[in-house]
This record gives sequence, C-alpha cells and structure tokens, in this order.
Amino acid sequence: MSAPFGRRACEVTANVSSGGYRIFSLRDREGPNPAPGQFYMLASEREWGEGGGRPYLPRAISVAEAIPAKDGVRLDFLVEGVGPGTDRLCELEAGERVWVTGPLGNSFSTPREVNPESAGAILIGGGIGIAPMAIWRRYLVERGIPLRVLLGFRNEAHSGGLNELFCAGGSLCPDVRLASEDGHAGHQGYVTDLLATMLAGDDATSAVVYSCGPPAMLEAVRALCAEHDVACELAMESPMACGFGACFGCAVPKPDGGYMRLCVDGPVVRGDAVAEVAHA
Amino acid sequence: MPEFCGIELDHPVINASGTYDAIAARRIFGDALLADFPFSAFVSKTITPEPRAGNAPRRIWETPAGMINSIGLPNKGLDGFLAEDLPQLAQLPVPLIVSVMATNREEFSRLVREVGERDEVAALELNVSCPNVHSGLIVGEQPTETEALLEALRPLTEKPLIVKLTPNVANPEAVAVAAEEGGADAVSLINTLKASAIDPATGEPAIAAGHGGLSGPAVRPIALQQLRAVRAAVELPLVGMGGIASGADALEFLASGAAVVAVGTESFRDPRAGARIANDLETAVSRSPSRVEALHLE
Repeated sequence: MSAPFGRRACEVTANVSSGGYRIFSLRDREGPNPAPGQFYMLASEREWGEGGGRPYLPRAISVAEAIPAKDGVRLDFLVEGVGPGTDRLCELEAGERVWVTGPLGNSFSTPREVNPESAGAILIGGGIGIAPMAIWRRYLVERGIPLRVLLGFRNEAHSGGLNELFCAGGSLCPDVRLASEDGHAGHQGYVTDLLATMLAGDDATSAVVYSCGPPAMLEAVRALCAEHDVACELAMESPMACGFGACFGCAVPKPDGGYMRLCVDGPVVRGDAVAEVAHA
Repeated sequence: MPEFCGIELDHPVINASGTYDAIAARRIFGDALLADFPFSAFVSKTITPEPRAGNAPRRIWETPAGMINSIGLPNKGLDGFLAEDLPQLAQLPVPLIVSVMATNREEFSRLVREVGERDEVAALELNVSCPNVHSGLIVGEQPTETEALLEALRPLTEKPLIVKLTPNVANPEAVAVAAEEGGADAVSLINTLKASAIDPATGEPAIAAGHGGLSGPAVRPIALQQLRAVRAAVELPLVGMGGIASGADALEFLASGAAVVAVGTESFRDPRAGARIANDLETAVSRSPSRVEALHLE
C-alpha cells in the first residue's frame, strides 16, 4: 500500500525512558499500517530547522511497533540521542507534533518467501537496531513461525527497549537471548558469538536470519551466514536526506558494482545482494 | 498563468534538477503524486551520454540550515533514459525539461539533438558545471567556453535551452551574458556552492569525494544576490533557486526578477513542498498584487 503523498503532522502520545534509549509514540491518523522493516522520515514540527541551524533534514527511523486503534495507528520508535536530530526526537513531549513521511522502503520477507525449505527464523539485533526486530518478532509469532531472537548491547548505558518491546508478563520472552560486551546482561561478548554457535548446530542451517544493528555487526552477520550458506536479510542504514528516492544520498554498494538507493531498494536487503557492509 | 520560454505553466514553482525522482516517488506515493503534482514543470536529473554509477558513499552531510552533497550524477545514460525513463516522465501532468551534461562538444551535441527531437520534451537545461575534456576548464566558469558551447548547440534544436549557472565564480553575470550572446533562451541559478565538512568521528572530510555542493536555506542570501546581479546584466528569463523553503522565500526571488523559481532541498524535507510554496505564493499575491508588497504579508 502506498504511503500517503507528502508529510503529515502526527501527535506525540508518549515518550518514555528505557535504559539509555527513549521510546516515543505517535498517533498516525492517515497512514496505513506499516510492514515490519519499514521506516519513516521524522522531524519535530517545532525546533527543527525553523530558526536555522541543525537539525535540518528529517531523520530516517525504523518503526519498532505499530498498533492499529480506532483513532489511527500507534507508531512506536526506539531512539538513542547521538546527534542533533535524535537528541531532538528524544526530547519530544506528549501533545507536540512530528512531521511524518511514510511508511517508506521495503519490508522483511517471511522465511518461506526467502527459502521454501525454511524451518524458522533467527532474529539478531544490536543496540538501537533491535527496533525493527521487535515488530518483526511479533509478526512472526502471530503467524506461528518458529523463531529465536538474539539481542546484543555494547554496555548498560547503550541499551534499552527490552521491557517494552521484548517482554511479556514482566519477564523477557523465552525465545530471546541476550549478549553484552560489558557482561551486564546475558553472554559477555558479541551477539554474533551467539549466532556463530547457533549456525554451527545442524538445526539452524535451515533458518533464515534477519538482522539490524551497527554496520560492523551486520557485516559479521552477513559473513557468518555466507560461510554457513544460510540466507539472511539485513535491515541497513545509510545517510538519507529524503527517504523517497529524491536525494540519491543513501547509496549502498552492490556486489557486482554500482550502487543501490537504500530508501527505495531497501532498507531490507538480502545478504547476497550487498557487497561487504562498510564499517569503521 | 505564468509563461516561461513559451511554455504555459500553472504556477511559478518548478523543481531543481537532481532533487526529485518522479519515477521513484510515483512508486512510493502512487498516483496521488500525479493528481497533486507539486511542480508546474518537471526538470529531470542530469543525463550524460553514457551511464554513470555515481560517487562512492558517503555522499551527503547535514550542515547548519543545509546539506552538502556529492552524488556524482548517477543516471542510465542517454539511451537508457530515452528507452526507460522518458516514457514514464511523459506521463507526468506537467511539461518536461531534461537536464543534460557532457564533457565535450560532440557528446553535448548528441544529447541536445536526440533529447531535443523528442515530442515529450518541452525544453532542455544545460548543466555546464563540468570540465571540457579538451581545455580542462569548467565550461560554466568561463564566459568564452559557455558562449562557444551555446553557439554550437543552438542550431541543433528549436526547443528552449536553459543554461544552469554555477555560483562558484567571481562574476556569474559575465557567464550569463555569454549564454545570452550564444543563443540561450533562459538561465537558471544557482547550482550548489562548493563546500566541505569534516566528520568529527574520523577527522577526515565527511564527503567521500572530499568536497561537495552546499544547498538549503544557508545559501539563499547568496543565491538572491547572484540572481540580482544576473538580472541586471541580461534580458533573458531567469529561473531562481537556492534554499527556497516557503512562499515568502519564493517571493524574494520573484521580486528580484526571477520568472519562475525552483525548489530543491526543501523537497527532501517535505515531498509536497513545491505545491505548498505555490499555494502560499498564490495567497500572498492575491492579497497584494505587488510582489514587493506581498513580501510583507507573510
């Protein structure tokens, strides 16, 4: 379903702290229900470029959850303040309005769409990249598709969202395993350590892997999946001014040369459709 | 109803080349894009003789009230454009202006001839912010190069030729005069300003190409002054652009002698910015017939 043409003002209905992150909610009265993996271009109506300075461009943010209600879809976004745009989004107050364009981009494919022989899904998210894993996990659970979820964080200050997005009845969902580089939660080390162990087991090779996280993590996931001949879909990020194919900023190299525009050809990309994921 | 180079326009707001992909936008927003098309004419991304992949990322960087880009003109090349893109752009409800660029006169001539003969095309914009491979000089930075190029291209098509001026010269009006003398029908200005930023995370240039072009409200006062200088020097109709984000901004350019205005970077923030600005203009002008008086109404 097409995104409504143009940007629209949506009311902020909540903004709560969750660990080192914030989760804010918007009431979208006009847009369709987004598909897991899609994103929106967001800019606050006030204090966003009007007086000059930064932030100036809207920010591309993946949707973490979308709950239809009779007064519109509630859209939840997980953000960490890492610059002028995300800092401003972290400060949003209930009742103010946000310019919204979207939903934009493509979405995850079900495991059977990727591989008809597939037995299930492995979701692996890192840091703020756990957001699209949340809506995708819920979608897969509702369809009875077997899954395992691996979530990793750098440290306690750079973590959050678990209680709101991956818990039921006050405790972590049983299909979720954690890793942290500082050892504050779950396995001490990289979340990709957990994936490596899982892919080394016989039962995991028929899974499809879905991932979102920092570029170095995505590259590790892509390489692990390639090594084990397991299909994967990566929800990627790239500097993006517009989100609808106009600015050509979000170029991602393709393995056979040339570039794709992540906003129209992604943000979800098959692991074998990208060259090595560039990371510092 | 504004008229520009003999082309009837519904309103005076068009897009800046390279800032709107109507084909991608139609895929994303559906036919609502056509029903409510934000511009009164559509200017294509620049077409080159051969396909180009564009520059390696990183290509864009946000700056105060603007952005730097170095995209590298990715496009399908002339043949790909004519076969794949032109039929889709012809479905837009507005006249089509095709932007072209080449690095030598023979290739430029081929582009103008083959694009100019297509009925779907109302006018051509010449992107002269490119080197001439023979002289090594940027054509649009040299009045003599610009005039010679126009003299070569002028006989090749009956369609209006619009020259897109670069702001990265001491005297843009000298290049505008050269374009006029070479037979151009209009000039458009400004293109982006050469600019750099350093990525604080690396200490290296933020744009992979080392530098890029600045656009957005940050450049608007510069664009306006260049427009005024060019207005004083030539009789040609002018397309004014550079950081226009509102009807009030557009009025500044119209009051300074632009026949039409173009919206670029603001469309990234608001896909319907062109329509919003056209509406604001109509409201302002209907309240005060004088464009200068209308400036004070917003």
